[in-house]
Amino acid sequence: MDFLRPTSLDEALAIKAQRPDAVPIAGGTDVMVELNFDHRRPEALLDLTRIGELAEWSTLDGTVTLGAGVPYARVIDELGDALPGLAMAARTVGSPQIRNRGTVGGNLGAASPAGDTHPVLLATGARVEVASVRGRRFIAAEDFYTGVKRNALEPDELITAVRLPAATGGEQFAKIGTRNAMVIAVCSFAIVLREGHVGAAIGSAAPTPRRVGEAERFLLDELPWDAPAPLADSLKRRFGDLVASAATPIDDVRGSAAYRTHALSVLARRTLTWAWDGYRGSVLQCA
Amino acid sequence: MTISTETTGVTEAQGIGASPVRPDGTMKVRGEFAYSSDLWHEDMLWGATLRSPHPHARITGVDIAAALAVPGVYAVLTHADVPGVNRYGLEHPDQPVLAEDVVRYQGEPIALVAADHPETARRAMKRIEVGYEVLEPVTDSEAAVAGQGPALHPGGNVVRHVPIRRGEQNVTADVVVTGTYEVGMQDQAFLGPESGLAVPAEDGGVDLYVATQWLHVDQQQIVAALGLPPEKVRLTLAGVGGAFGGREDLSIQVHACLLALHTGKPVKMVYNREESFYGHVHRHPARMYYEHGADRDGRLVYVKAKIYLDGGAYASTTAAVAGNAATLGVGPYDVPNVTVDCWGTYSNNPPCGAMRGFGAVQAAFGYESQMDRLAEACGLDPVEVRLRNAMSEGTVMPTGQVVDSAAPVEELLTRLRAMPLPAERSGELDLRRLPGGVSNTTHGEGVVRGVGYAVGIKNICFSEGFDDYSTARVRLEAVGGEPAATVQTAACEVGQGLVTILQQIIRTELGVEQVTILPMDTSIGSAGSSSASRQTYMTGGAVRAAALKVRAALVAHAARVLGHEHTELSVAGGKVVSRHDGVLADLVDVLDGEAFDETVEWRHRPTEALDPETGQGNAHVQYGFAAHRAVVDVDTELGLVKVVALDCVQDVGKALNPQAVLGQIQGGSAQGLGLAVMEEIQTRGGVIRNPSFTDYLIPTVLDMPPMRIEVLELADPHAPYGLRGVGEPPTISSTPAIVAAIRAATGLALDRVPVRPEHLTGT
Repeated sequence: MDFLRPTSLDEALAIKAQRPDAVPIAGGTDVMVELNFDHRRPEALLDLTRIGELAEWSTLDGTVTLGAGVPYARVIDELGDALPGLAMAARTVGSPQIRNRGTVGGNLGAASPAGDTHPVLLATGARVEVASVRGRRFIAAEDFYTGVKRNALEPDELITAVRLPAATGGEQFAKIGTRNAMVIAVCSFAIVLREGHVGAAIGSAAPTPRRVGEAERFLLDELPWDAPAPLADSLKRRFGDLVASAATPIDDVRGSAAYRTHALSVLARRTLTWAWDGYRGSVLQCA
Repeated sequence: MTISTETTGVTEAQGIGASPVRPDGTMKVRGEFAYSSDLWHEDMLWGATLRSPHPHARITGVDIAAALAVPGVYAVLTHADVPGVNRYGLEHPDQPVLAEDVVRYQGEPIALVAADHPETARRAMKRIEVGYEVLEPVTDSEAAVAGQGPALHPGGNVVRHVPIRRGEQNVTADVVVTGTYEVGMQDQAFLGPESGLAVPAEDGGVDLYVATQWLHVDQQQIVAALGLPPEKVRLTLAGVGGAFGGREDLSIQVHACLLALHTGKPVKMVYNREESFYGHVHRHPARMYYEHGADRDGRLVYVKAKIYLDGGAYASTTAAVAGNAATLGVGPYDVPNVTVDCWGTYSNNPPCGAMRGFGAVQAAFGYESQMDRLAEACGLDPVEVRLRNAMSEGTVMPTGQVVDSAAPVEELLTRLRAMPLPAERSGELDLRRLPGGVSNTTHGEGVVRGVGYAVGIKNICFSEGFDDYSTARVRLEAVGGEPAATVQTAACEVGQGLVTILQQIIRTELGVEQVTILPMDTSIGSAGSSSASRQTYMTGGAVRAAALKVRAALVAHAARVLGHEHTELSVAGGKVVSRHDGVLADLVDVLDGEAFDETVEWRHRPTEALDPETGQGNAHVQYGFAAHRAVVDVDTELGLVKVVALDCVQDVGKALNPQAVLGQIQGGSAQGLGLAVMEEIQTRGGVIRNPSFTDYLIPTVLDMPPMRIEVLELADPHAPYGLRGVGEPPTISSTPAIVAAIRAATGLALDRVPVRPEHLTGT
């Protein structure tokens, strides 16, 4: 196995063009598990940790560009205000050691239906920046996940960054696990409310992370945007039902399909309440 | 043996009752301790094990040619290469070293590979072609008892039936509560996977360095399989990363020796985490039918129980586990009339054997759930119903055995009840204090608090007439101008801190600071197993007995040298001391080149076999008791649980090392918490569905609350220093206390552990 260690993005893209079978590795929290279990044995690993620009983030005109190699620990520490939903999701990832190594770019590359950041990326309307020697393009998060552990990358492309709008309203993420830390999602949910935008997405409850369009449209129409008041139980309940109905979960060792569906409806109701409180707070601040 | 007359009466600074720093502690914290998986030898090979993917199949052929052809492969072995008897087992030799014509569980070893690189070994292993005729797996314990299904072993699928009959068998009562309870298959989840290094010796034998719980029982089984005399198979304990019963049975022992002897090279074997789940026995899953009859005041009239323990494919310690579940099946209560039947059975599920609590854990979930039901039926507080039935010293057990030392069940419960309850949640939102933790599932919505109590009983040391002993050698001499003691035993330090305890005992008995514990190996007689909460009792007892002999010889010598009456003399603080004249001389001067060296084989008082019809007999050496109060916050909508408090009172007779005692109670309670709310090896048709720490969950620091612990020291006059085994009791009552608390919060019946979110939400 070749271990390729480019020091610039251009060099990395050139390698990836020549050797599309080279598996990118950053924190290694997914890739190394697969190697250790002998589930895959690629001809080459493409180490991205020497490419400084991948480990940076910046903000411009209310949009955060988050380098693919920024570890979760830094998302939590440095971006809790700008990207609270993503920071919440990052906080639920694994152990402190995993959060020091693992990256949002890696989460996208693995594209597991249980990946913790996916629902937030979907709900905020994030765009994934990918590059190859052919150039750079953006893929909307909702077009990125194409199947179980499959994504929309071409073989010569690398994930370089994610672009997300900085929070202006309320953002929430919640995840079910059968212990209180260090657990893979039984199911998860993210919601983002800002002026004129409702984003909501589920994780670990379908073959891919997915937005729940009908539930989003319902909220967009029904939320009392102009006079932000506490929400009626009936509205929250309807939203919960719509979210649950968008799920197509399975029974597995982590939980039953019925439980996942039920839990999603509860998470949707609760996170809507919290996100709406956040949104109301932001409106009041502006007023 | 009595406790006070033979001790020096002088408290040594680092002697018993103190909590000196563990000799292995700093290295373990720094990551510098060498575990068995760190073993290394020049020119060594790596072993790998081919395992059956099927829980039940006939083997129609094994072709090793392709594996042998892989460059770097030195040997590929099958059952035909086992030179001795291809059967081993702790109680019945029923398990093949390598499968012959049939496999009885998923993960059963079929062939071995040795290669010059671990990956080469694993890849070659995958090239071995095995033909299988897949058979229907047998998975139902009750069906086995009913005589249904194909027999997996000669003699059928019942390993042991233990009946217990006491008092009236056809008695009735005013209040009757019944319940059916299930306990899932728990795993020991020790962190250091099975590993060892076998080095072939010039005498045609082999030296094995291995992480295990009982060197001599390993040796016994290895020599039978290798067809070698015991002196040719020498074992040395390697660094053990936890055990909890899971290292009682053989894993790599015979396999590594076979490969080493076959290749003439040192062979190292290390399981990875997934293989470890197939490589050791688990806690028996149980189904239990209980009926409790009581008068209207909640006083027990009778208990009837049927307990089914699924032992999986091979016997392991199933018979002894069934003995415990049966004899301890009504719990720490005074019950005049008892009808218990316990069966341990074979199936094609993973083999089950020893795990901390050993049969007592399963029964406790049954009888403690029943006591709560009885309390409800009688309109009593759960503690009150337990107090009304609490056993005490003098109580007659269901086996007819009279409890002849402290059995402070009442005191445990009243002390527990008097402990302050944790405050209600208040102040700023802190997700870490809520069900779901940092996963942000609730900010208080749906959260209901509940409180539950449980008390448990465990037999300490080996029971039922087993000749249970430990061997210890103690040597005292002057080294570099200081008196120094050396202790040799074969007792396995598995993380419990035995090496510290042995040092403390020597300091107390011989009054010397410097105590060296030699490596544990088979060059001395057996110490018995590091199980059954027995090593401080047994090897502590043996070391103390050897130390007392050394002291007696030393004092006689000192009397001669110093011209004093030897009855006047003792040793303390590195001095020879006279009762009347105080310090007489430095010990090192009295030693003057002499060495005192004594070896002792030490036994606890004998026990009896159980009558096979009635289950009567003085089967147990000592009983240990602990009680827990759990406070839980349950998110009733999501079914998530946060254990807010898990407080414990335990009687330990004498805390030889108070810090180690607290560590045992905390660890045991955490393991019980795991069984209550998350830990289960899930099987379907004999296939393990979650062989990883990704899906076999054990408690984290956010799941386990800080504990309030009270330790009682009510001396057992039959035990060394009056001590009572500590390791297992806290695992037993922790689980039912937590489930009782969840029931109190939710009003649900909850008849199965672990309690999963689905059980609480009904989805």
